[in-house]
Amino acid sequence: MTYLLPAAVLFTVVIAVPLVMNIYNSFTNWTGVGPRHWAGLANYRQLLHDSEFWASMWHSLALVAAMAVVPAMLGLIVAAALFDVIAKRFGPRLASLLRACIYLPQVLPIIVAAIVWGWILDPQYGALNVALRDIGMGFLAHDLLGDPHTALLTVMAVLVWFQLGYPVVIFMAGLQRTDPALSEAAEIDGATWRQRLWLVVVPQIRPEIYVVLLTCTVASLRAFGWVYALTSGGPGVSTQVPSYYSYQSFFTNLDVGYGSAIATVMTLIIVAVSVVFLWVQRRHAE
Amino acid sequence: MSGMLTRRRGPAAWLTLAALVVVTAGILIPFALIALNAFKPPAQYAAHGPLSFPTGFDTGGIRTFWDTADFGRVLWNSVLISGSVCVLAVLLSILNAYALGIGRVKGRTWILGAFLIANFLPQEGLVYPLYDLAKQFGLYDTQLAVIIIFTVIQAAFGTYLLSSVLSTFPRELLEAARMDGAGRARILWRVVVPVSRPTLGVLLVFFFIWTWNEFFLPLVFLISNQNQTVPVALGTLQGQHIMNPLTTSGAALLGVIPTIVFFLIFQRTLTRGVTVGTLK
Repeated sequence: MTYLLPAAVLFTVVIAVPLVMNIYNSFTNWTGVGPRHWAGLANYRQLLHDSEFWASMWHSLALVAAMAVVPAMLGLIVAAALFDVIAKRFGPRLASLLRACIYLPQVLPIIVAAIVWGWILDPQYGALNVALRDIGMGFLAHDLLGDPHTALLTVMAVLVWFQLGYPVVIFMAGLQRTDPALSEAAEIDGATWRQRLWLVVVPQIRPEIYVVLLTCTVASLRAFGWVYALTSGGPGVSTQVPSYYSYQSFFTNLDVGYGSAIATVMTLIIVAVSVVFLWVQRRHAE
Repeated sequence: MSGMLTRRRGPAAWLTLAALVVVTAGILIPFALIALNAFKPPAQYAAHGPLSFPTGFDTGGIRTFWDTADFGRVLWNSVLISGSVCVLAVLLSILNAYALGIGRVKGRTWILGAFLIANFLPQEGLVYPLYDLAKQFGLYDTQLAVIIIFTVIQAAFGTYLLSSVLSTFPRELLEAARMDGAGRARILWRVVVPVSRPTLGVLLVFFFIWTWNEFFLPLVFLISNQNQTVPVALGTLQGQHIMNPLTTSGAALLGVIPTIVFFLIFQRTLTRGVTVGTLK
């Protein structure tokens, strides 16, 4: 029991106390200095009618699609192709080389990756538009991040680029412990590749799928660095996310109460998502 | 089985390979663009843009960024913070996991679930009170504050992972050590730690890289230039819009290189390690 003592102290100071204080602050109209004044549910009532907040929540869903759903589906196909086709017919070395390259963006600090993409996508000197002009397709050149219609989709595409390697690596590890006899039996029975993947392989790597969906969903709600470096939430509020909105409320607008309310909503969502995932995972494990 | 050996590389196999090579190339393009432009002479960039093949070797962009950001110092700050956090967080994780994984504390499942969720909690929900507390204790704008916070956040995950690994620890080894009269502390350092060294190594590497890549909390806590980490220095300089295309690619290269170096050094641990998260 004494071994848990340092952790108990540190977790109280760094996690538990700040968590409770943040929730408390969300019921005040504190500006960060001076006394806190109790405001009841005022901040939450304001949230309900705040179109920027709702926009940021919808964008969060879009980011869950871009960081969890799409990479998981694409990652499953890529991992299965690497495992089934490349490793078996072209050798495992080629398969691991391709896997390592696809995983590479994952080791970058998000801010570095975001700066690189901001530079590639720059409307004036960015490589993408220059390339389009060079090949005579200049009419396609576009300020992707500066146009409210394309900004969110562009951020989503960048996130897929960044995230894909993670499910590929996890799924390939999962595929290694699947039973090849099941797949072969299905093949003899005339199952197509897609049917085998969906009906035979997926049920066997279900634990990996849960882990990928959970960790990617949690990661997508922390898209702060991307928004900070690529768009600052703009143009307008077209790429605003709760994470960046709360940061602005805390440190730019000095509306700590309101920022705390946004952060509390985020916390509740993440805790709820994690609890549901862990519960479902445990039920399937039994 | 023999089926595997007799399968030939039919057109479908080649097509799959082609598709994967296209995907991989697409993923590598940004890296290629950085490498192509980081050393390009400014005149050539101005005349021929980002796609031309460099005709000269110019370190001006990189040097400008290095000096503006005081990059040597920034790099050292990142090494210091990530290094301290990974060691301290692994130590803390071992102590917790020893109590929870082997000691069989009551309510173990709940405690472990709480640790995992503590690691998942959005930092936005902790940042303002932490910022406020740090100010009160004179720890604002110090690396110590960042080290303490990330030690706890990383140890939350480490405790969860190590506990599930240690729960399958061979009981005979513990019994044998106890028979020899070893106390609990001695068993921890002489039996448990050496046996679980591979997992501890994975955690050490992961904590280092995760902390290295963190941006949000270091951005809030480390405001003076001399305290900043690599991501914070890059992020704030970019936010000030003082960068031109060449310093940006130079900055990107300097930001990318350390992580590529870690990736090459730890590649096996990394790709093996990511899968550790799926244990249990």
